[in-house]
Amino acid sequence: MAHGERTPFQNPVIEWVDQRLPIFTLLNKEYIVFPTPKNFNFLWNFGAIAMVMLVIMIATGILLAMQYQPNTMMAFDSVERIMRDVNYGWLLRYIHANGASMFFIAVYIHTFRGLYYGSYKQPRELLWMLGVVIMLLMMATAFMGYVLPWGQMSFWGATVITNLFSAIPLVGEHIVTWLWGGFSVDNPTLNRFFALHYLLPFVIFAVVFLHVVALHVVGSNNPLGVEPKSKADTVPFHPYYTTKDIFGLTIFLIFFAAFVFFAPNYLGHPDNYIPANPLVTPAHIVPEWYFLPFYAILRAVTFDISIPFTHIVLIEAKFGGVLLMFGAVFALLVLPFLDRSPVKSAEFRPMYKIFFWVLMLDCILLGFAGAKPPEGAWVYIGQAATAWYFIHFFVIVPNLHKIEKTLPLPDSIDAAVRAAQAHKAS
Amino acid sequence: MITYLLAFFLAFSAPVFAAGGETAKPHAPMGGWSFDGPLGTFDRHQLQRGFQVYKQVCAACHSLHLVSYRHLQALGFSEAEVKAIAAEYTVKDGPNDEGEMFDRPALPSDRFASPYANNNAARAANNGALPPDLSLMAKARAGGPDYIYSLLTGYQQPPADAHMMDGMNYNPYMSGGQIAMPAPLSENAVTYADNTPATVEQMSQDVSAFLMWAAEPKMEERKRMGVMVLMFLVAFAFIMYGAKKAVWRNKH
Amino acid sequence: MSSTTPSDPSKRDFIVLTGQAMMGISGALFAWPLVHSMNPSADVLALSTTEVNLEPITQGQAITVTWRGKPIFIRHRTAAEVESARADDGADLRDKQTDAARVKSFEDKEQSQWLVVQGVCTHLGCVPLGQKPTDMKGEFKGWFCPCHGSHYDTSGRIRKGPAPKNLAVPPYQFVSATRIKIG
Repeated sequence: MAHGERTPFQNPVIEWVDQRLPIFTLLNKEYIVFPTPKNFNFLWNFGAIAMVMLVIMIATGILLAMQYQPNTMMAFDSVERIMRDVNYGWLLRYIHANGASMFFIAVYIHTFRGLYYGSYKQPRELLWMLGVVIMLLMMATAFMGYVLPWGQMSFWGATVITNLFSAIPLVGEHIVTWLWGGFSVDNPTLNRFFALHYLLPFVIFAVVFLHVVALHVVGSNNPLGVEPKSKADTVPFHPYYTTKDIFGLTIFLIFFAAFVFFAPNYLGHPDNYIPANPLVTPAHIVPEWYFLPFYAILRAVTFDISIPFTHIVLIEAKFGGVLLMFGAVFALLVLPFLDRSPVKSAEFRPMYKIFFWVLMLDCILLGFAGAKPPEGAWVYIGQAATAWYFIHFFVIVPNLHKIEKTLPLPDSIDAAVRAAQAHKAS
Repeated sequence: MITYLLAFFLAFSAPVFAAGGETAKPHAPMGGWSFDGPLGTFDRHQLQRGFQVYKQVCAACHSLHLVSYRHLQALGFSEAEVKAIAAEYTVKDGPNDEGEMFDRPALPSDRFASPYANNNAARAANNGALPPDLSLMAKARAGGPDYIYSLLTGYQQPPADAHMMDGMNYNPYMSGGQIAMPAPLSENAVTYADNTPATVEQMSQDVSAFLMWAAEPKMEERKRMGVMVLMFLVAFAFIMYGAKKAVWRNKH
Repeated sequence: MSSTTPSDPSKRDFIVLTGQAMMGISGALFAWPLVHSMNPSADVLALSTTEVNLEPITQGQAITVTWRGKPIFIRHRTAAEVESARADDGADLRDKQTDAARVKSFEDKEQSQWLVVQGVCTHLGCVPLGQKPTDMKGEFKGWFCPCHGSHYDTSGRIRKGPAPKNLAVPPYQFVSATRIKIG
């Protein structure tokens, strides 16, 4: 075994363990002395924040699971029992329910930060792709968790989303029946959603571990997108980024606590306080805010796609929407191979910078389109925004480097930091 | 960049409500609610009056099945008073040693007794309309207590062009404008123990506040704890800001 | 970090230490609601009284009711059983208690014919035998725990076997001459 350069610890117990299982050496290497670019801005806080959110969600979730009854006859009332009678049950549930939104906020900021600063580029392709996998798993987990309170939105959300799979040609109906374990969303569905909602966070945890391992192999990107070249470019992770991450986390927790304690139902929907009724669909079904852009893409395909000048339908509208929705995530997954520009940070890519902000606006627009009833102008706005989303990833990003004149990169992180300081001082 | 991101997420988190046709937007009573705002609390006297309205008027048709009699202690009733209130109701229990179900007076640990044995019985007694359970009404409708208050005070003569269905009543706050429930409150429908004049306005406010409590009984505890948590976190943020500055001093 | 020399080390140490202390406090404060949520909830605590009608229980008969999910033994003791329990008050008892201390009274009249105990062996929580007429009642004619062989007498006191204590008397009172309320 090649662990010759292990430095002994003073504490005899730690030393004894470390000789046999070098976890302390590992911790020291990865979280204490780990060389980290010294020019992070606050957007680099959100990885750590997302990690803490995952832990909070798992901790509150396990305790909620101890009180919750995954049975259609009891689920709704058991949630209300948590709210009324379980000690601090209301707190656990509001943390968990709002925590899902906060987790997505952190992860979306984390993702857009990666898009802006080119964190998905060589050598971080796999790191980025693991991140996209985490996002997909989070979506599945959040969706199934939203079904558990068994309110009207839970039930009809589950019905609508599982019905997506019926769009798959030939086997669609069978897949939906299999997902339901019956002929409608019912007790077997609720049971398996509960089981999977409990399981998936641990799968997420495992993928997060791989994500962190990959990060520590290639090192962090930074706002300049210039790799560290010397010791002057980096600082040890502790105490520089431990203090900074905890400060950033505290600010985030203030935002989180404001929702939990003073507007706990602001991000929810009133209809989910009505027990599920399989005979009455609410007038207007909307998913949770973090799914709205995807929901808009799903609804954008309102027409069958056929061979031109014939009536042979290639892709039904329903299936087209499903394909596009998964395509939207797929675009993120393959992004490292679409973007050919060698320059990472948008700070040095004047054209990409503009397109980044246009994409951001496009996603906001998709969010609004997903929230509105599919009527009138919003149908067309949703379709246009969907089209732009795919044009951005599959037309603009792969070709931009051919025409874009990038700005000169600084020699090193240290040089850029010093120049900025000198500029500030003058 | 950070400012843009914040703007992005604030814009995104705006609540999304159905565009509800001609339904009128619910409004709060003049002067708002005692429980408004981050420090607002329930008015115990108002809750007790609201409970009286629920008990003497609403409970004839509407259940409150997520609330137990013991919860009423939060309204300021003593343990003995709660026991006496519970004993006014009968609940089904059993089976006893002979295998029969039997009626007994309710105990504080029982849930509020429902006016009908089941939903079908409730529909049969109300021309096919089901009076909804009121436990969560103040959270299950956009507008919450404003909606309940507006609905109760919003009964009017239907406009000339309205096509009213048989047995329906006009109320602009109900989605679709038609509601099966006739105006439930009339002047002096209850006699308040504290001599508050029992106007429709007053009773509507009181029962809306009571239903807000029924839907969110831990609201005061939540806000109290929230103030403490925020104070702690803000103090912690200042400390960590100082710590971060001190650590980074020789680097930046 | 020894390699960095801050301008004012004592101030830095103070603020970092305060930060660490507050982190510890916030961790503990967050842990409490999580832990406390596993304690009995309000609805569980509210259900903790049970009323029992004693009328149908004839002398020599015993019934088992549940209170807080646990079996409660109610035995209508015969005069002979009361007599033998009293006689053993002075015996060599592991958990010294007189029979009179294990029964209650109603309107100043001792209800010594009624013995109410938790039917949970004080050794490791099994339910002792002795309620049904056909059950083994053990050497002391009270109860016998089949798990590890503890013998209880007609007052529910431990007489032989590994159990350390007498069968516990739950909190209860007579609401009338023929009704008790447990809890």
